[in-house]
Amino acid sequence: MGLVESGKMPAPLTKLLNIGRKYSLWMYQWGLACCAIEMGAVIGSPRYDVMRLGVIPFPASPRQADLVVISGTVTDKMVPSILRLYQQMPDPKYVISMGSCANCGGPYWDSYSVTKGVDQIIPVDVYVPGCPPRPEALLEGIVLLQERIMNEDPAARWRGDPIVVD
Amino acid sequence: MTAVGADQRQQMAYVATQAADARLNVEIETEGMTLNIGPQHPATHGTLRLVARLDGEQVVEAEPIMGYMHRGYEKLAEVRTYPQVTTLINRIDWLGSFANEVPFILAAEKLMEVEAPPRAQWIRTALFELSRIANITLFLGDMAVQLGALTPVFMAFRDREFVLNQIEAATGGRFHPNFDRIGGLKDDLPQGWIDDTKQAMEKMRDFCDEFEELVLGNEIFQARSRGIGIVPAEVGLAYGLSGANIRASGVDWDLRRDGHEALAYDQVDWKVWTHPDGDSFARYWVRLQETREATHIVDQLLDGLPSGPIMAKVPRIIKVPAGEAYAATENPLGEMGYYVVSKGDLVPFRVKIRSASFSNISITPWLLKGVYVPDIITILASLYFILGDIDR
Ligand code: SF4
Repeated sequence: MGLVESGKMPAPLTKLLNIGRKYSLWMYQWGLACCAIEMGAVIGSPRYDVMRLGVIPFPASPRQADLVVISGTVTDKMVPSILRLYQQMPDPKYVISMGSCANCGGPYWDSYSVTKGVDQIIPVDVYVPGCPPRPEALLEGIVLLQERIMNEDPAARWRGDPIVVD
Repeated sequence: MTAVGADQRQQMAYVATQAADARLNVEIETEGMTLNIGPQHPATHGTLRLVARLDGEQVVEAEPIMGYMHRGYEKLAEVRTYPQVTTLINRIDWLGSFANEVPFILAAEKLMEVEAPPRAQWIRTALFELSRIANITLFLGDMAVQLGALTPVFMAFRDREFVLNQIEAATGGRFHPNFDRIGGLKDDLPQGWIDDTKQAMEKMRDFCDEFEELVLGNEIFQARSRGIGIVPAEVGLAYGLSGANIRASGVDWDLRRDGHEALAYDQVDWKVWTHPDGDSFARYWVRLQETREATHIVDQLLDGLPSGPIMAKVPRIIKVPAGEAYAATENPLGEMGYYVVSKGDLVPFRVKIRSASFSNISITPWLLKGVYVPDIITILASLYFILGDIDR
């Protein structure tokens, strides 16, 4: 067991580690519907430019990602893929749910084929409301997540949840 | 035992080499492989899944699997009132949201026998074209990025903002305006909007010129898209292709000109672009020209904008009389139509949505047969579909 998992890290070192983690988030984008385009604007548009926050988009695989942004409508047919994606990510991992659809079903709250919220299947750290949220809203969500990373105890995150393979 | 004669030996040698050749053939015969693309892959614009059976580098057959974005629109429309349905159908083709509302509103107006006042029709048409520009600019960047050029997509996102700003200024929504009402529009245009929009159109024309040189003039782009994914006009028509996809095959058909909906296209001077080739390059080319043409349409519409009310007389609570109506317009992706059946209620009895991408994607099994793996991406990108528009 390493130093971090044991929870015996000295406080200044923890802080340093957290600053490092906060500004090097590899963000995997799981764009599903309209919100994906706003996420694309955050990543691709010079006007928003997520990289200035220390977030690095387009990792080659979820196995290299720290953060996944689920943006858009999660349908029941998509659920197994999202679950698998989450299980593939290494700990510590964070999830941002972007848009009303991913938060709670959004305008499809009474649809037969839409999952009413991605938090039914994976734990979510930050919810970004809106339909679609403006790119600025996603940026704020990322800033909030960074605050959270700054204040957390890495030991708890490092151990992670046991991965259940069904 | 008889001695083996010379010619007999020769014959045996021949048989032996044949057998050796056959063994060799067995060895280098390529094994079949199944390639799964998606359901989350940048080349599929969302959540299309493509299962391709390959023989070496060649596709034997490819099958698109859809339904990952199915949200049940037609069923949901049966439990929403008419004004609520427009909120919902914004999100079918999410890049050109305003354009989705118009045919539905037109169908409902047909049933109610009201017609929007001229000013509303002109503004509607202008916003329709703005959403076309917002939609297609992203295609122009996106197809380039899929052929390996990363810069165009950044430029597309950058310049698209000018149009989105104008849509937002007029309607209040960057993405999903929900601005159309039965009998007209929600609001009039804000002050100064017309001048700002003209400036934005100027910028979009620059954008088109830049892309014409940067992407269409690029040798690699041409090498990878010319002659790839050729759709002959008859085949395209048989599969129900519409929009720029069929115009790139030389079919001169555009619902903006050939349709009979109450929009202001017949009041302005514009041209339908076609290309005889039918390949991926032609589809890109036609879309680029259409974007430029759309900026001219918007300019002319704003110059000649009639004055007057923007709302016809409609009751506050909208009850649509019994009957059925179909309205179709030329959306950024192709023909989009709504067949609305009403039983005289607050909610539609049935709404059948004819969306362009669903028909456009149906040609992929035919088109992908025998192509090489890198060309799958070119063809999918150039057909240009949006998943919400396929699955609904
Ligand atoms: S929240 Fe709204 S904008 Fe985002 S995916 Fe859902 S319907 Fe589209």
